[in-house]
Amino acid sequence: MRTQTSALRSRHLLGIEPLSPEEITLILDTAEGFKEVSERPVKKVPALRGQLVINLFMEASTRTRVSFEIAEKRLSADTLNFAASGSSVEKGETLIDTAENLMAMHPDMIVIRHKHPGAPKMLADRLPASIINAGDGAHEHPTQALLDAFTIRERFGRLAGLNISIIGDIAHSRVVRSNIHLLTKMKANVTIAAPPTLIPAEIEKMGVRVVHSLDEAIEGADVVMMLRIQLERQGKLSFPSLREYYNTFGLTPERLRRANRNAIVMHPGPMNRGVEIASDVADNAERSVILQQVTNGVAVRMAVLYLLGGAHVVE
Amino acid sequence: MNRAIRRMAIEVVEKNRGLDDLIIVGIRSRGVPIGERMAKEITEMEGTPVPFGILDITLYRDDLTTIAPNPVVKPTKLPEPIDDKVVVLVDDVLYTGRTVRAALDALIDFGRPRKVMLAVLVDRGHRELPIHADVIGKTVPTDAHEVIKVKLTETDDEDEVLIMEK
Repeated sequence: MRTQTSALRSRHLLGIEPLSPEEITLILDTAEGFKEVSERPVKKVPALRGQLVINLFMEASTRTRVSFEIAEKRLSADTLNFAASGSSVEKGETLIDTAENLMAMHPDMIVIRHKHPGAPKMLADRLPASIINAGDGAHEHPTQALLDAFTIRERFGRLAGLNISIIGDIAHSRVVRSNIHLLTKMKANVTIAAPPTLIPAEIEKMGVRVVHSLDEAIEGADVVMMLRIQLERQGKLSFPSLREYYNTFGLTPERLRRANRNAIVMHPGPMNRGVEIASDVADNAERSVILQQVTNGVAVRMAVLYLLGGAHVVE
Repeated sequence: MNRAIRRMAIEVVEKNRGLDDLIIVGIRSRGVPIGERMAKEITEMEGTPVPFGILDITLYRDDLTTIAPNPVVKPTKLPEPIDDKVVVLVDDVLYTGRTVRAALDALIDFGRPRKVMLAVLVDRGHRELPIHADVIGKTVPTDAHEVIKVKLTETDDEDEVLIMEK
């Protein structure tokens, strides 16, 4: 049996920012092997047999939680779901106390979603388990960026040199931050577009082009990535009305014509149809890869769990 | 080496009394080119193509919790359902038998073959599990501290079997 030496340097996945391009490529290559597992008659392999993974979701999530859970089950890990509502958190327990109590049950990995940026890092600093960030506030959502990259690479065969436009609620999006880190590391050309009120100050320093019109962003794009307007994260709307947002920044079939001939449309979900994206675009089987993103999410998360699981090099 | 592979191909056809229900499956990584060459030999001999598949056994290894880092995973590709077929697993070296154990588990997750046979280019002994090969290219008695390295044109630019000290 031959062992290749390529591996992740950390035993945690806290964000895309600390990863090298080689590590990103390793995760994406590994995910290709796992995509095949989901197409088998028996969709299960024994790689993480006997390992306990706790899904600690302190904030609402369906897609990500379900995707992680399927990935864990397909790797034969034991899983335990812990949600904030209906738990001791409602009785006033702190995150550290919750985590230390869960740790007493000896999990090998903890997948955490939390509304505060840095919550996964705090756990990683204190607990012996591998920590996977499933979204922390407006900071990072690394597995989403990885599945987006996997989906793009599956279609175009590469990431370098592609024109990728990300449009929508940049200010409140952890998805966009992870995506910018990943895509710039992989040498793609990233453009972001949104009303000025939804663009954080100094975002250009992350190596992206900023434009304020949808048409300008779509012109010549290979990938058009639409983001959800996160109504729950905004104190009040950053623009006059949802109707006006759709009229200026909503993706319609007419506007999409400015993109390159083979361009694809992505959305991390959940979609607000008629706000950031028209149904005619979202359901366009030729252009929209939104459901492929969901399918690929399982393969990418299996790859991350596999690469972080198993034995660890002493750090 | 080509003569040994041709002999293995002939033996597989003879043991199976023809090509009925036969599938050749190479175990990643060195079992793949050897299996491919056997399938080619059989196709040339019998005049009908024999299905060929690739099995990745990484996720079925029994040492995943002890080795670091985890080895690279690649897709398994089987040409057709294996139910009621005669599957010939092909690998380069038969040593402890642990790879074959993993391959059997991996294979059974894809269906229920009528029969599974094992063909290896080199049998070097030192089994740790009750596993034997049906077709052997060459038996090479070795010491446990020696390493057998099979090189193939497809992956290493030349055909060669080396016995080295660890």
